[in-house]
Amino acid sequence: MDAIEKQLHASPRNLRYIFTIAILILLLFIWSLTTVNLDNVSESGLGIAAGIIGGILNPDLDLLFSFTSQGVLYLLIETIAIAFLGTIMGSILAIPLAFLSASKIVPKPVASVTRLLLIIIRTIPALVYGLMFIRVTGPGPFAGVLTISLASIGMLAKLFVDVIEELDTNILESLDSIGCNTFEKIRYGIWPQLFSMFLSIIIYRFDMNLREASILGIVGAGGIGAPLIFAMNAYRWSEVGSILIGLVVLILLVEFFSNRIRNKLVRG
Amino acid sequence: MYDRIFPPAKITLPNGKIVYEKKSRAPIILVLLVLATIISVRFTNFDLNTLFKRGHEFFVIIGQMIPPKWDYLNNIWKPLLDTIKMSLLGSILGSIAAVPAAYFASSNIVSKPVAAVAKFFLSILRTLPTLVTALIATFIFGLGTLAGTVAIFLFTIAYVGKLLYEQIENANMGSFEAMESIGMGRLQAFRYAIFPQVLPNYLSTSLFSFEGNVRYAAILGYVGAGGIGLLLDESLGWRDYSSVGMILLMLIITVYLIEKVSEHFRKKLI
Repeated sequence: MDAIEKQLHASPRNLRYIFTIAILILLLFIWSLTTVNLDNVSESGLGIAAGIIGGILNPDLDLLFSFTSQGVLYLLIETIAIAFLGTIMGSILAIPLAFLSASKIVPKPVASVTRLLLIIIRTIPALVYGLMFIRVTGPGPFAGVLTISLASIGMLAKLFVDVIEELDTNILESLDSIGCNTFEKIRYGIWPQLFSMFLSIIIYRFDMNLREASILGIVGAGGIGAPLIFAMNAYRWSEVGSILIGLVVLILLVEFFSNRIRNKLVRG
Repeated sequence: MYDRIFPPAKITLPNGKIVYEKKSRAPIILVLLVLATIISVRFTNFDLNTLFKRGHEFFVIIGQMIPPKWDYLNNIWKPLLDTIKMSLLGSILGSIAAVPAAYFASSNIVSKPVAAVAKFFLSILRTLPTLVTALIATFIFGLGTLAGTVAIFLFTIAYVGKLLYEQIENANMGSFEAMESIGMGRLQAFRYAIFPQVLPNYLSTSLFSFEGNVRYAAILGYVGAGGIGLLLDESLGWRDYSSVGMILLMLIITVYLIEKVSEHFRKKLI
């Protein structure tokens, strides 16, 4: 037996474990297949698919470039505004919650209760918040802003906590040793560590909120979602095409810039 | 540009060296942020008065959700299981389909133009909101869980595909080149040199996307693509908030359990 063969046999043997997992996944897969039934597939499906592709290839250019309050550009700006304001409000709300759920800072019971609250906030779909806020403020972009801010708290606070718990406390000790007071410790010891990470997380969430905001219109909470759904339900595919093109371009652009800014922030 | 308008401060060190301290960009960014906020407030009719006057209504609604209507549980099981099945099926098939998609999108395996085209399609798929894909799917495949499965399938391809091709492009190419040089085909070399490197991360990403998909699947019913969203929409429409509370409670428990299980396996993988 030479060295190579020895090395080959030295690799850990967990065949039984992998086999069990594979069988389990296969069973789950078969179980989930039961949900698919092809009864509802209509004959017209292919025609509609062709219509959609045709519409996306021949977008309604007037709609795409008009500056009226029905045009795609206006609706996109409204969507950005909803996402922007929602992100800012969400971050303001998330920061105290994040400190309250950091077990390094507050006692354990308080931290776990806040964490539970955050999990609940995170799991409830944004559309549900949207439908609830519409009852509060009436339909329109304002409801969208409130929805986005509430829906982003969960994830923002969770990511903030991770940053807070990774704080380098050695710096605080050295600031202590040269006689800094609490305010100076926060300003020069904690703030610089947290700020860029927090900002990076907030920009990331803005990116996600833009997607959320683009579908909130479905429930009537402003943004580009409502015209999109109306156009779809009325089979006006060229309108759908122009809205989708605008949306995709916007999201890709925002993603590109947010990635660049975040890279700069994290690497310094 | 900015440095020319606000010249950097000059500091002479004791050893005679001159260093420049650039002026902080913070003020201009702050001004821009404030401007953006003001414009956004205009666009969205943001109104603190309404919020203070009617904000408590929101908590009234939440108050009505508690206690949840326990009897409603029997109506929830089927749509909830449908939601899980939809996301499971879509995630498994999507993750499998993501492998060839990522293969053709990696610029170090296939030629640059092919990779660019594949990347373009993946990013378009990724940016389309799942709900919109689901709505289009309901037109093509009819109302029901199939449309939802298709939407989740497409999103999973795009998401797992993107993370996978990034992994492949960062993989160590040494063994790939060695295998090619001894006469293996590109696909074979990929299978034996690159795939084992990215496998743990690939499985972990797939699990993670399954977690997320359960959440997405929960709202797909709103456009008629099956699952618990339909029920949620109905009970919200009837203002039957205690049933909504029960649905949300079950959803939270399910998502939490799935997250815990998947977290366990993801920790094991990496």
